Amino acid sequence: MATATVEQAPAAADAVPSFQVTMRLRRFNPEQDTEARWEDHTLTMYGTDRVLDALHKIKWEIDGSLTFRRSCAHGICGSDAMRINGRNRLACKTLLKDLPLDKPVTVEPIKGLAVLKDFVVDMEPFFEAYRSIMPFLVTSGNDPSRERRQSPEDRARYDDTTKCIMCAACTSSCPVYWTDGQYFGPQAIVGAHRFIFDSRDEGAEQRLEILNDRDGVWRCRTTFNCTDACPRGIEVTKAIQEVKRALLFRRG
Amino acid sequence: MAMPTTPSVPAPRTPRRLRGRTNTELYAWMFMRVSGVLLVVLIFGHLFVNLMVGDGINALDFAFVAGKWASPFWQIWDLMMLWLAMIHGTNGLRTIINDYAERDQLRFWLKVGLYTATTVTIVLGTLVIFTFDPCPPDAAAELLPSFCPAP
Repeated sequence: MATATVEQAPAAADAVPSFQVTMRLRRFNPEQDTEARWEDHTLTMYGTDRVLDALHKIKWEIDGSLTFRRSCAHGICGSDAMRINGRNRLACKTLLKDLPLDKPVTVEPIKGLAVLKDFVVDMEPFFEAYRSIMPFLVTSGNDPSRERRQSPEDRARYDDTTKCIMCAACTSSCPVYWTDGQYFGPQAIVGAHRFIFDSRDEGAEQRLEILNDRDGVWRCRTTFNCTDACPRGIEVTKAIQEVKRALLFRRG
Repeated sequence: MAMPTTPSVPAPRTPRRLRGRTNTELYAWMFMRVSGVLLVVLIFGHLFVNLMVGDGINALDFAFVAGKWASPFWQIWDLMMLWLAMIHGTNGLRTIINDYAERDQLRFWLKVGLYTATTVTIVLGTLVIFTFDPCPPDAAAELLPSFCPAP
């Protein structure tokens, strides 16, 4: 009887099911490799673990040279967007148990941006596109002595696009962005949308003019990759279409 | 007279680039939508009249086409179909080239080829529609439309 209780205790504590998972990582070390290579690690993980936990386990226990970005690890900072099983997701919001575990889980850096090391890409072109749409409030006249008031309806108009965490999952899922380095990309258009439809902002005309560019909203092919990729559930393609409509129907 | 020395300060919020302040891409995008809708009507009308009305496909011969092109209505119909379809398809291929051809040289030459082919097809097609002779003089009479004068 004594042995039975000893056996039961760990079983109760281990209520979370564990399983074997093979992580297939797209590694690239600029100091050694001329090309990226695949590397497999088989781990024992638990039902509550996310892809990020598997990466941590590899980095902390197996290979400390594995390089990736993450900050908050709770889907807010937007640092750990990567291509998991061919889809752009946040590693910290993807549970391993939701992926098909009979096959290896592939992890790659996001596409369309230059890989610096492993899953770290050069985000500068992405931020440059964001900066070019003037992501700040543009007003004229004297500043009011108190906050700029706005009705709840006016606030709701652009609520969806305020959720962006700039993880680049949408922009790096866009096939036009992959091949055309000049295209602003979905995120920059989302960023512009947030100000264009803000009732307090007066820079809409300038932003629309920027997005009317040859490499602006008209490059969008409506493939919905961005909407599928957004970890915040922003309807990115819809936002882009709203900017197109604003361009079509501006100045009567 | 001394030059005025007022310093000129550029506007701090000048957008990054303002090249080509045109609406070309906007019009191209609009054209794709409008011509797409028109083409659906034109093409299905064309298919219906050619393949389903009367004897259907069995009525299709030289005389049938010649008879159609004797009427200005079908001349305009076919002309619109030719122009809209060619420009619609060319614009679509242009964006595909922009999407997928990465080297500038390749992009340029693909577009030169595309525009040449489009121009040749549109010019040739337009010429045929308007200079078409429904009653060629040395043809067998039973192949010609009924309104041709007897040889």
